[in-house]
Amino acid sequence: MPDYNSYVQFICNLLQTQQKSASRPLSESTDLIADVGLSSLQVMELIEKLEDHFDLSIPLNILPNITTIGDLATQLHSLKH
Amino acid sequence: MLLDKFEPMSRVQAELAALGIKPFGAVTEQLLSATEGVVEGRRVILAGTNNYLGLSFDPRCIAAAQAAAARWGTGTTGSRMANGTFAEHLALEAELADLYRVPHAMVFTTGYAATQGMCATLAGPGDVILLDADSHASIYGGAQLSGAEVIRFKHSDPADLEKRLRRLGERVANTLIVVEGIYSMLGDTAPMREIAAIKQEYGGLLLVDEAHSLGVLGDQGEGAAVAAGVGAAVDFFVGTFSKSLGATGGFCATPHAELEAIRFSTRAYIFTASASPSVVASTRAALAIMRAEPELRTRLWDNARQLYDGLKALGFRVGPNPSPVIAVTLTDRDQAFAWWRRLLEAGVYVNMVVPPASPSGDSLLRCSISAAHSRAQIEQMLAAFAALRTDAAG
Repeated sequence: MPDYNSYVQFICNLLQTQQKSASRPLSESTDLIADVGLSSLQVMELIEKLEDHFDLSIPLNILPNITTIGDLATQLHSLKH
Repeated sequence: MLLDKFEPMSRVQAELAALGIKPFGAVTEQLLSATEGVVEGRRVILAGTNNYLGLSFDPRCIAAAQAAAARWGTGTTGSRMANGTFAEHLALEAELADLYRVPHAMVFTTGYAATQGMCATLAGPGDVILLDADSHASIYGGAQLSGAEVIRFKHSDPADLEKRLRRLGERVANTLIVVEGIYSMLGDTAPMREIAAIKQEYGGLLLVDEAHSLGVLGDQGEGAAVAAGVGAAVDFFVGTFSKSLGATGGFCATPHAELEAIRFSTRAYIFTASASPSVVASTRAALAIMRAEPELRTRLWDNARQLYDGLKALGFRVGPNPSPVIAVTLTDRDQAFAWWRRLLEAGVYVNMVVPPASPSGDSLLRCSISAAHSRAQIEQMLAAFAALRTDAAG
C-alpha cells in the first residue's frame, strides 16, 4: 500500500507531465488552483485520473477540503486504507 | 464581505450590457404561437423553449386550464400535506402511474422540486448517490442536501458506472443510481439498456430523470427507459411538466409502496404550495394528447433531423446523433455571444449556454426543436446559421 509521500509524489509527477513549463517546483503545499492554475474542470479531470489509477472513488463531499496536493494525498491515503 | 462573491457575475453582466445583448433572461414581450414570439423587441422563431410537442398553445390544454380556474380558483393556497390536495392532483397522479404501469405516483409543484426532492429524500447519511457527471443542477443540489456520500461516474459511461458499483461492495444495497433519459445541454440519450443491466447485476436503486425525454421517446412518450425496453429496471421515474407538457410541475412514479411514506418525508413536497388547478388540468390534457397522438413525436423527430442534418452540412459542431436538443458547440465564448446576437437579429431565438452550465469548458448555442415548427421555420433557422458562417468567412 502506498504511503502518504507516495501519493504526493504521484500527484506531482502527474501534474508535471501535464504542465508544459512548471513555474515553480511542486510539493505537498502547492495549491492546485492558485499555484498550478487548474480550473474546476481540470481538477475533476485530475481526480478522475487518480480514481482510475488507484481504483477508488473520491466522493464529491470531500472536495471542499482539498486545496493543496497534500490535502489530495491525505484523502487518497485515507480512502485507500 | 458577504456580497463580494457576486462580483464575477456582475462583471459578466456588465460586459454583456456593454455589448448590447441580453442572452440570459431575455424578455419575451409577446407570444404569437408555440413557435413564434417577440423577444427583446424582435419578432423571432422560438428555437430554444423545450416545447417539444408544441402543446403550450393547444386549444384543448388551454380550455382545460380555463375550466379548472373557473371551477377551483387560481391557486390552492396550501401544501399537499394540508389543504392543497385537490381531486385534480390525485387524478394526475393516477394517470402518471398508469403511463408507467406502476402503482404509485406523486406530483410536485416544479420539476426542480421533483428531482431535488427525490434525491435529497431517498438517500441520507450513510447512503451513496452515484450520479452521472453531466446531471442537472437539481440532481446535484438534491444529492448535496441528502447528506449521502456523492460519487459521480463519467457521463453515459456504463463501464465507469460498473467500476464504481464494484468498488462500493456491500454498500451497493444503500446506493441510489441517478441518470437522465436525454441530457438537457447536448441532447444525447443515456445508454439505458447497459445501465439497466449493470443495475440488475450489482443492485442498488435506479432513478431516471425523464425531464427532456418525456413525450420525446417511447410509444406513448414515456421516455428513454421505457423506449429502451428496460422500464422494469427503473425504481423511480422522475420528470417535469414544463417541457413536452407545456406547463410547470414535476412527478415521481414508482413500483415501490414506500412512496406514500416518502411523500410526507420530502421537504420540497411538503413545505410549498401545491400546483395550481389550472396548471394540473392543462398538464392532464397534455398528458392525454402525448399518449394518444404519436404523430406528434414523428413530426418532432422529422424536424429534429432536418435541423441536425442542416447544421452538420454547414460544418457546425453538433452532437453525435439527431435529437430534439441540438447544441452547436463553440470554444470561444465571445464568438458565442456575438453569434447569439446575430441569430436574434436574423429572427431566431436560441439558448446561450456558457460554463459552468455547459458540461465542458465550451459554450453552446442550444436549439430545441418542436413538433409545432414548420419546415419553413427550420429552413429560416438554417439560413440564419449559414449567415454566421458567411460572415465569419468574410
